[in-house]
Amino acid sequence: MTKEQNKTYDVIIVGGGHNGLVCAGYLAKAGKNVVVLEAEKQVGGAATTAELSYGKKVSHCAHFLNQLNQKVSKDLNLSKHGLKLSASKLATIALSADGNHLHLTKDSATGGGISEEDATNYKQFMALMHDYAGTLGFLLDIPPMDVFNMDWDDKKAALKLGWKLRFGLGAEKMSELLRMIGMNIRDVLDDEFDNELLKGALAFDAVLGTHTGPYSAGNFLTFLYRLAGGNNGSVDIPEGGMGAVSSAMAAAAIANGTEIRTNARVKSIDVDNCAVTGVTLESGEVLIAPIVVSNAHLQTTVLDMVGARHFEADFVKRATDIRTRGAAAKMHIALKDVPEFNGLSKDDLKNRLVISPGQQELERAFNHIKYGEVSTEPMMEISIPSLVDASLAENGHVLSATVQYAPYNLKGGWTDQAKAAFLETCIDRLGQFAPNIRALIEHAELITPKDMEDEFGLVGGNWHHGELTLDQMLMLRPVPEASRYALPLDGMYICGAGAHPGGGVMGAAGRNAANAILKGDQ
Amino acid sequence: MFKATDENRSEHDTMHWKSAVKYSPFYNKIKQHDYVNMWHRWAEYTTPDMLEDPTIEYFAIRNSASIFDITPMSKYRIKGPDALHFMNRLLPRDMTKIRVGRVAYTAWCDDEGMVLDDGTVFRVAEDEYLLCAQERQMEILRRNAIGFDIEYSEVTDEIAAISFQGPCTCKILKNMGLQEVETMKMFDLRFFDFPGGEIMVSRTGYTGDLGYEIWVKNDQAEPLWDALYEAGKDYALRPIGGDALEIARIEAGLIAAKVDFSPANETVRPGHAKSPYELGLGWLVKLDKGVAFNGRRALIKEKENGSRYRFVKLDVEGNKPAENAYLFDRENGKTIGYVSSAAWAPTAKKNIALGFVDMPHGEVGDTVWAEIYYQKELKWNRVWAKCEVMGEPAWNPPRKTLTPPEDF
Amino acid sequence: MKKYDVIVVGSGHNGLTNAAFLGKAGLDVLVLEKNDYIGGATVSRNLHEDWKYSNCSYLASLFRPEIYRHLNLAKHGLQVVTYNGGFTVTDCGDYLGSYSDHEVMRREIRRHSPVDVDAYDRYYHQMAKWCRFIRPLLLRTPPDPTSFKFRDLDELRFLGKKFFELGQRDLYDFMKFFTVSVGEFLDEFFESDLIKAHKAGSAVVGTNLGAMSPGTAYVLLHHYMGDVDGAVGAWGFPRGGMGAMSGALAGAVREHGGEIRTSAGVDKISVKNGKVTGVILESGEEIKADRVVSNLDAKKTFLGLLDPKDAGEKVVKAAKRYKSRGSSGKLNFALNGVPEFTALPKGSELIKGDFHVVDNMEAYERGYDEWKEGKWSSHPYLDLLIPTLTDPTMAPPGKHYMTCFVQYCPARVEGKDWTPELLKQFGDNVINTIAKYAPNFKDLVEHVEIRSGQVIDNEIGLTEGNIFQGELSLNQLMFNRPFHGCAQYRGPVNGLYMSGSTTHPGGGVMGAPGANSAREILMDMNISTTVPEDEGDD
Repeated sequence: MTKEQNKTYDVIIVGGGHNGLVCAGYLAKAGKNVVVLEAEKQVGGAATTAELSYGKKVSHCAHFLNQLNQKVSKDLNLSKHGLKLSASKLATIALSADGNHLHLTKDSATGGGISEEDATNYKQFMALMHDYAGTLGFLLDIPPMDVFNMDWDDKKAALKLGWKLRFGLGAEKMSELLRMIGMNIRDVLDDEFDNELLKGALAFDAVLGTHTGPYSAGNFLTFLYRLAGGNNGSVDIPEGGMGAVSSAMAAAAIANGTEIRTNARVKSIDVDNCAVTGVTLESGEVLIAPIVVSNAHLQTTVLDMVGARHFEADFVKRATDIRTRGAAAKMHIALKDVPEFNGLSKDDLKNRLVISPGQQELERAFNHIKYGEVSTEPMMEISIPSLVDASLAENGHVLSATVQYAPYNLKGGWTDQAKAAFLETCIDRLGQFAPNIRALIEHAELITPKDMEDEFGLVGGNWHHGELTLDQMLMLRPVPEASRYALPLDGMYICGAGAHPGGGVMGAAGRNAANAILKGDQ
Repeated sequence: MFKATDENRSEHDTMHWKSAVKYSPFYNKIKQHDYVNMWHRWAEYTTPDMLEDPTIEYFAIRNSASIFDITPMSKYRIKGPDALHFMNRLLPRDMTKIRVGRVAYTAWCDDEGMVLDDGTVFRVAEDEYLLCAQERQMEILRRNAIGFDIEYSEVTDEIAAISFQGPCTCKILKNMGLQEVETMKMFDLRFFDFPGGEIMVSRTGYTGDLGYEIWVKNDQAEPLWDALYEAGKDYALRPIGGDALEIARIEAGLIAAKVDFSPANETVRPGHAKSPYELGLGWLVKLDKGVAFNGRRALIKEKENGSRYRFVKLDVEGNKPAENAYLFDRENGKTIGYVSSAAWAPTAKKNIALGFVDMPHGEVGDTVWAEIYYQKELKWNRVWAKCEVMGEPAWNPPRKTLTPPEDF
Repeated sequence: MKKYDVIVVGSGHNGLTNAAFLGKAGLDVLVLEKNDYIGGATVSRNLHEDWKYSNCSYLASLFRPEIYRHLNLAKHGLQVVTYNGGFTVTDCGDYLGSYSDHEVMRREIRRHSPVDVDAYDRYYHQMAKWCRFIRPLLLRTPPDPTSFKFRDLDELRFLGKKFFELGQRDLYDFMKFFTVSVGEFLDEFFESDLIKAHKAGSAVVGTNLGAMSPGTAYVLLHHYMGDVDGAVGAWGFPRGGMGAMSGALAGAVREHGGEIRTSAGVDKISVKNGKVTGVILESGEEIKADRVVSNLDAKKTFLGLLDPKDAGEKVVKAAKRYKSRGSSGKLNFALNGVPEFTALPKGSELIKGDFHVVDNMEAYERGYDEWKEGKWSSHPYLDLLIPTLTDPTMAPPGKHYMTCFVQYCPARVEGKDWTPELLKQFGDNVINTIAKYAPNFKDLVEHVEIRSGQVIDNEIGLTEGNIFQGELSLNQLMFNRPFHGCAQYRGPVNGLYMSGSTTHPGGGVMGAPGANSAREILMDMNISTTVPEDEGDD
């Protein structure tokens, strides 16, 4: 094929995950000629809706929407493009084996044998946490500061941060934040509360999707992080499953003039004379663009798509040093009917159910993955979306659960037997709270961290494209040289969850990347 | 995991706690010429400072033929389909220009454009290189190899080598029966038949003079030595120590790692590492070669914004070696730099020094001043010496590059 | 009744350092010690025949040379001797020796991995970089980041300058280093499990975190900051045991006119109108002073010595939240001879250094998992040293003293207090662990003293036996040590100060907290300071 025949674009986006779509939406809106290349038959990456069994659909990987960036939602007018919520501001119900469950909302804690003191403390604590999240939250919407070469925006951001800390919070709260920022969630919660169920549920939020246990330093920050994105920490369910979010983003992008090509797997990102020239598809087709944005993991981008030889060595080493271990598996169950949970009404089941009865238990569950084992008593975040969205199941119901902990590198490998055995463990665990669950199961399946890597390209099965820990946040995310979305290769950018501010169906990384491209950062 | 067992531990490895020093395959031969027993450690090996008298040994380099054992240099083999890409990314030179049978002198940098080391790269086959360096490179090779289809290994202990330098060396090699060795150009590399298998000869060196480096298997070391002695018996051939070589390399204006610059990966203090431009090696750096070689982006920036230091070769007034001297813009003036190497050049009959000055000082022809401390009969004296920045090394004879070389 | 300028509560090395500098400045100082011996955790105890045990701390190279020199400790009999050697044995059956010679060390590493050799050099230089960055901060008072005082702003500026001086790459590397686990940090350098296990020990010693826990890489650095005669990272111990250190410091106190009273436990710090007036001893005796320095940890000081009314609600809450969990134990052995480790070659002298026993890298983490459940590690990490192979003064000729530091050991066993039976079981497990690697060991033991965190707490007052007087975690460092508001050596009441490892820069026999505290006191009194600052390396 000669050069003249190759299609030319302003920007090629590799990967139609939600961040790629958001990035495309913004770029197209700014008048760029953009194409999104998706390897699979549908866009959305890990935010898709998949068919579980006949007539039953589930959110394939992510299942709650709690961090969707409000700016993205507004700028791209996602509601106009079909995004509707079937439920919002869901409460969290921390399940207790004795049926005395703890109901948590943003500012109240009831049940679960919680003392009045704890309930009061909870209210105060959450208010403080939202204060902190509010103080730091704006950092998600801007690129990390380049402290050695501060531009005007960086200086503004630094001043804003300083001002918010010192005057927004005040000396007292600021110093407390500085103390807590590097702490583990367990010490924070032990300082505040007595109720184990409460601590277990809150600690679960801090470790969800991370490779940490409650005792691991630094996950207080992941706890805050969950509160910082989105709509004040509100937990929502989109109508039609998570695929609906991606569809709305895709629709927004298309409306702005983006071309989206599915079944278009990129073989390589092409480079000539230290600058990106475009991509070559597996079909052999070559697309030309001066700017290529990768929505994939940095390691995939650097090693598999561009090739290590187009980057300097220390950068490549740092990219390969990114820790990107997943610790969560996903379980989907097609049910004949609504399951019965001890002590919960059918209405209660619409909420977010959490199995994490205590911090020590949670830590014990975590212990296993350090040695490549699965938890014997796994912890779960459960959703039964068909209760709020009948379109997901023509008859019966679907239940999805994020299960922790399951390692990526299971000793002996994720064989069919290993998978089946862990699925049994998970169903048994569920059975401890919903005794009739087994009788209702039509079909059950498990997506392990290894499957997540194979199916969604989540290296190591980590849905943040790199663990969200202190040493991999802000200007260290994914690696310092790429923290401003531009890679050290002319015309090459990243926009995925591996970049600041990280994962969760947020869209902030895609938005920030688009802004960086439009600003011409490199 | 690698597990040390009795089988895979060599005797030396298991007994290393009894002696810290390795002996080169040439050790016994050198020892026969050693009158003074002055040795120091060079990496894991021991190497002579001098064998009799450094001045006499120096003149073997400039006048006849000298043998210096360079076995202790760090040597690495890089092999595989991506070898060229790998070297071209590692090194700032354009390695596509280095054909099979050629050698390249080069430095290499980290991502910040600071020099890790300098050395020579031998392209022994389409997909195979030998890298010969002063410092250890295994960790650098390891991080550079990520994403490349190559194999790399350290071969320091497998290859014995000597540097054979001086105006008579070509003649001696001819006498030894190396066919057409005289047609080898500077930085050529060839293999010659020798008992026990081919030996590799390169027209390279560290003296700024006519000379060769000869690379052999360990068990060929002593036969090679004997053969050179036999072929060179009429040419005042002699083994030399490091002191003589040091004079020759300063005279030739060549820099040394850990003397003139601190390898960037071993430099702890901020700002103490140096870039190729600052080491006077800007000519190696091919920014436009179209490869993202290590340090490229930083070096582009440096090229735009200017360097911090300039490497200078100085002709120092008087005859007191300017060792460790500070450099000033004028007598009793402002400190602008320092001397890193200094020597009396016996052939050029000049008092010379290598050093660094802050930009923009030190252009060729500029004058700077050195404050020299020297000791006579234990008493310290101090002089101010005017120094002229030289454009050429103090010794740069035509015979260094002349092909074919004359017999003496 | 006599009124002192300053009373120092507790005669640990920091308290004595503090008192010596105050005395040197001309103040009338009294040091009060509850035990009948001085030194706190810096002692040489004679507990079995002619043996002297450094029965708590056992190494002295973190001690700041500036203090050593300015207090003339050599004159008072202190001799810090460096040793060489040392090794790690793991269940791989082999050993990794420590050699002071760089090339020998390289060859030793190459035996285990040809690629880790150069990585070791890189590792060393990286560490040297961080040490060089952090050491000048040791003899300085941390700034309060919420304050607008000139001094705090100026100190923040100093910190900022130091950060920027590192340069972009190194600063970012440092930020990463500061928060990762030692396991992950070492993984970026090394492939050999034995080499990693050898290095990781320093990162978990005294720390209630596992080798895979974030934040442990920093602890590694904390142990590398020491230097002996300019050799950064070198280790040494005082001739005659750690008691020689406190003895020399006490000599310095007395030289400058200070008094030291033993068997004088302090019950309360008395406060009147928001101002310290002195202390009340356990005996009921009252001693007056305008200033009291507590050398105890923050918990013992604010929850024990000080009346909650005087401390104030905020400080009491912060002190309760201050973390000082014990995670280690200590065994002291009187031995008939030198244990023979089967992995070591015959004739090796490596045993002269400090050596480590740990089954493998994973054992650190598994041991930590047990600790979390309130149990001691069944396969512990042991840090062992036989000072008598270098220092002939601590045991009868031909006999030896061996110190054995055990990680992990809970302060209480599954929530229960330690009993003599539990101590025996704990000790037996350690002895069996050593005997696994040195079969002749059991026959050599003549006497053993077994110390859990609780035993140490009861004896010398380190809460839960935490060797650092409070954990060295990110939330308890710099301006957060022990907690915001009290991080500049001053307590919540006028005239109350702190000098222990519970303050910046934290634990280890360093002396820096005591010295910094003295500097602050003198500053408050407008007396020109006698306390040195960092003398730097270039």
